[in-house]
Amino acid sequence: MNPRKDLVTIDALSDEDIRTILDSTSAMKDIFTKSVKKVPALKGKSVLTLFYEPSTRTRSSFEVAAHRLSADVTTFTVSTSSVVKGESVHDTIDTLMSMKMDYIIVRHKNSGIPAVIARHCKASVINAGDGAHAHPSQAFLDAFTIKEKYGEIAGKRVVIIGDILHSRVARSTSTILRRLGAEVAYMGPGPLVPLQQHTGIPRFTNWEQIFEWKPDVIYLLRVQNERIDTPFFPVSDYHSAFGVTEERLRRIDDLNLSIMHPGPVNRGVEICDAAMDYRNTLINNQVENGIAARMSILYHLTPQTQSND
Amino acid sequence: MPTISKEEIEKALDAWTTHLLQAHATSKGGNLAIVGIVSHGDVLARRLVQKLSAAGCPAHYGAIDITLYRDDLNLRGNRPALRSSHLPFSTDDMTLILVDDVLSTGRTARAALEVLWEYGRPARVELHCLTDRGGRQLPIQPDYVAFDLSTVSEGKVVVHLQEIDGKEDISY
Repeated sequence: MNPRKDLVTIDALSDEDIRTILDSTSAMKDIFTKSVKKVPALKGKSVLTLFYEPSTRTRSSFEVAAHRLSADVTTFTVSTSSVVKGESVHDTIDTLMSMKMDYIIVRHKNSGIPAVIARHCKASVINAGDGAHAHPSQAFLDAFTIKEKYGEIAGKRVVIIGDILHSRVARSTSTILRRLGAEVAYMGPGPLVPLQQHTGIPRFTNWEQIFEWKPDVIYLLRVQNERIDTPFFPVSDYHSAFGVTEERLRRIDDLNLSIMHPGPVNRGVEICDAAMDYRNTLINNQVENGIAARMSILYHLTPQTQSND
Repeated sequence: MPTISKEEIEKALDAWTTHLLQAHATSKGGNLAIVGIVSHGDVLARRLVQKLSAAGCPAHYGAIDITLYRDDLNLRGNRPALRSSHLPFSTDDMTLILVDDVLSTGRTARAALEVLWEYGRPARVELHCLTDRGGRQLPIQPDYVAFDLSTVSEGKVVVHLQEIDGKEDISY
């Protein structure tokens, strides 16, 4: 793959870039089987996780990935940092660049912040989620999980269920899957699912339509707690209308469909307890593959820190 | 460019197998493994394992990709593609025969040794190569070389193997 400094969106990648990162993910996963689960590829490199929004999974997944590549990891904790004292993003970047970081992993509630940071520093910047815009590392781990399960992605049908409009996961994951030849559909509460004429993606409003469409994978989005009390999301109504109930799980089982979820899961809202233990629930595979996918992303990016700094 | 033919390679592999049989006659098969370096060493390792097995000396087969252990990774603009390693056994107390197609600077062998130690603590490791073109930059010497080209090679040694390249020869 051609040298590339940052990963901000899936759209910015060529088909070859996507294939290369996916292929290397499999080799990264082999490392987990060794007695020493570590390789020296990024020895001496420093990785900073800069999360302006709370996250446990994505952040620790990136940290484990960086450790397994032998990089040094620094965690910048925003709630205790100068940011709460009013420091601007630009000033924070200057501070970080003085620390000579090679990779910066950023999450921010506003779309576009990782792109701004990427433009202003020599370090490789990886977008770990910005607003409702993009979450490219999630897209890679989702694509890899489907590839691992089915052997290929082209021709597979994936329905993404939930609040599509505000979901960076829905956006990035549907983009990568369609680039790789899968078919994607959306389902969720009417006002929270974009119209087909804007996205080109079929839009369903109930489970009957989904089963008729014959998907291979049911991809559930997390119902975001911050929106749970608005008229869009009374919890009990959401579960009966859009969640995987025990009754729907039986049909999913009969049809041998897979269930995915980016986590953390709200049991009893988007998914019932029994579905968590269902034989084709790939949620734990997604977590394990997330580390391998993020190792592959870190490995394939080339910071410009060594040339002039 | 002078060439070594498919037939000569085949003959060399037989002699190589004979050498392994003599040198490791005492090993009971359970603790001998032939580990090839991807992407040509693994093909040679597989053939050696087959020949040893046919001669009544079973050996484990392994393949390792050393890309993530290269010492020039951060000097390159783009990162090389990765291939899967396959070492489905602990290397603890094993005799490992590390196999590569071309030995030159010794940097690949150094990286390969680092990989092997992350799978356990082998009892013994030998370095076996199809060709040696000289130009060593590290204190690493082979235990067995099928074709020593170190005094005749003027530059590149190119190895083609049927399974990967669709033809088989060595040019130097």
